[in-house]
Amino acid sequence: MLKIWSMKQKQQQDESAATGPKKKKVTAAQLRVQKDLSELSLGSTMKTYFPNPDDILNFTLTIEPDEGMYKGGRFNFSFAINQNFPHDPPKVKCTQKIYHPNIDLEGNVCLNILREDWKPVLNLNAVIVGLQFLFLEPNASDPLNKEAAEDLKSNREGFKRNVRSAMGGGSVKGQSYERVLK
Amino acid sequence: MAEDSKPNFSNGAGAQRLRWKYLDNILNRPGPFTDPDWEPGEAVVEGLSRAKILGAGGLGCEILKNLALSGFKDIHVIDMDTIDVSNLNRQFLFRHADVGKFKAEVAARFVEKRVKGVKITPYCGKIQDKDEDYYMQFAMIVCGLDSIEARRWINATLVGMVDENDPDSLKPLIDGGTEGFKGQARVIFPTMTSCIECQLDMHAPRAAVPLCTLATIPRQPQHCIEWAHIIAWEEERKDITLDNDDPEHITWLYQKALKRAQEFNISGVTYSMTQGVVKNIIPAIASTNAIVAASCCNEAFKIATSTNPFLGFPETDNYMMYTGDESIYTYTFQHMKKPDCPVCGNLAKNLEVDPAFTLQDFIESLAERPEAQLKKPTIRTEAKSLYYQSPPALEEQTRPNLSKKLNELVSDGEEVAISDPAFQITFKFKLLFSK
Repeated sequence: MLKIWSMKQKQQQDESAATGPKKKKVTAAQLRVQKDLSELSLGSTMKTYFPNPDDILNFTLTIEPDEGMYKGGRFNFSFAINQNFPHDPPKVKCTQKIYHPNIDLEGNVCLNILREDWKPVLNLNAVIVGLQFLFLEPNASDPLNKEAAEDLKSNREGFKRNVRSAMGGGSVKGQSYERVLK
Repeated sequence: MAEDSKPNFSNGAGAQRLRWKYLDNILNRPGPFTDPDWEPGEAVVEGLSRAKILGAGGLGCEILKNLALSGFKDIHVIDMDTIDVSNLNRQFLFRHADVGKFKAEVAARFVEKRVKGVKITPYCGKIQDKDEDYYMQFAMIVCGLDSIEARRWINATLVGMVDENDPDSLKPLIDGGTEGFKGQARVIFPTMTSCIECQLDMHAPRAAVPLCTLATIPRQPQHCIEWAHIIAWEEERKDITLDNDDPEHITWLYQKALKRAQEFNISGVTYSMTQGVVKNIIPAIASTNAIVAASCCNEAFKIATSTNPFLGFPETDNYMMYTGDESIYTYTFQHMKKPDCPVCGNLAKNLEVDPAFTLQDFIESLAERPEAQLKKPTIRTEAKSLYYQSPPALEEQTRPNLSKKLNELVSDGEEVAISDPAFQITFKFKLLFSK
């Protein structure tokens, strides 16, 4: 052990003698989220909102697709990140009831990197790019809203019409949806 | 058991020392691998018995037994759990009559009774209940924790404790972990060698099934249970927090899963499978635990006595992985320190500041200070977002802080984390108010 200490002194790291009263330290999860936030490229179609700006682990993301079938809508997602991030993925939910093959009526999102393919090397930017992609290319082979997926698969034009009416607050096959138009 | 009753065995120091005859062979003479500077004998034996050591967690039984039988005399043990009947097959310090009692308490008493002269101090609670002053008293920490969160916590705590001016502040961390037939033992010298945060990607993430499979085409009984767990519960019992240890909750999930399995013609959903899936139980293999705990205690012994080279010596191997699922395979290697590790990559430096400075002044001064040179810093404390350059909404929300004085935003000695797009790493500073 003594030998180890003399090696430590040889390493000659900067004098960082920790003195003074004990204070809470910025956590590893916060550090990583801070880094991820600085690397977010939101473009013109996405916005973040922090209900409590001191808490960067919980926020909402608004996506306003400027092309594709969901153009003209405004979609909100809640992000909840725990202290085990980035080992654990962020918990992302759609806070509105929308008509989408990969998002169920409770707001659960079927996006591989939010669950089975999450890796600590992925960052928040990867997640928001993935979410944005879901609106450009809804995917009928990973259905979470089975009926919407069936519609998309069997009748693309009909699906588009359903998207429009659901976004306007109408109902599709007896299921009413929230108005999400800008 | 018969040995315990022999009166001469516990009589007199000489007779007691007989128990350690073979250990003394190692402690009293150099071997082919001992350091030339090492001096065997009484001092080494003394050092071992004085070394205060802390063991914690799921590998507890094995670790405690091994430490006590290796000659450590002053052992502390932390565990928050109580004994469950399902532990009895492998956690050999517990008996049926102990079910419901605290593990740390029962284990400590058992080992104290069997190994004379050992003092074991139990604490029944979380490792997070204790502060730096508590951890400061130990020579080293041996961990057999079962969660990554707890590992990251103890790691960050020990890294944060290292004080350049105090050799005693460097606490070797020996970490053991098992999952089924696989396990690992690693040794960390906080701030000197690769830490748990550096090695975070060595933990395989929990295997997950795509949500859409659960929602639409379950194929296995486990899929039905996961569906009940994350979809049905949310839909029907949103307002109740799921408690994995509440039999009523597990029963509810079990029945939901069973019904769904019937709809899809899947057989095999059982109550115990439900419990296993929901709590993510990976069957613990007694021999894996024994091997990994043995390796950990072996390293602890070598570090305490310097009798042989040990795992984790800087610039040498620090990680031993073990797999027993196909024959037996172990591989020992050096996991390198990550320069951008958020915990040990960049230790907090002291920075003297004028408390009457505004945050704006401070940020401008950062660009000029030779030790920082940060041009577009984003800055926060544990509790507060002081200023964020981006995303735009957060920038706007934190902008009013720029005109506030530092002493309104932080307290003397508080740590701030500063990141800047020009640097990969995040800088940490302890702000000390100039008088």
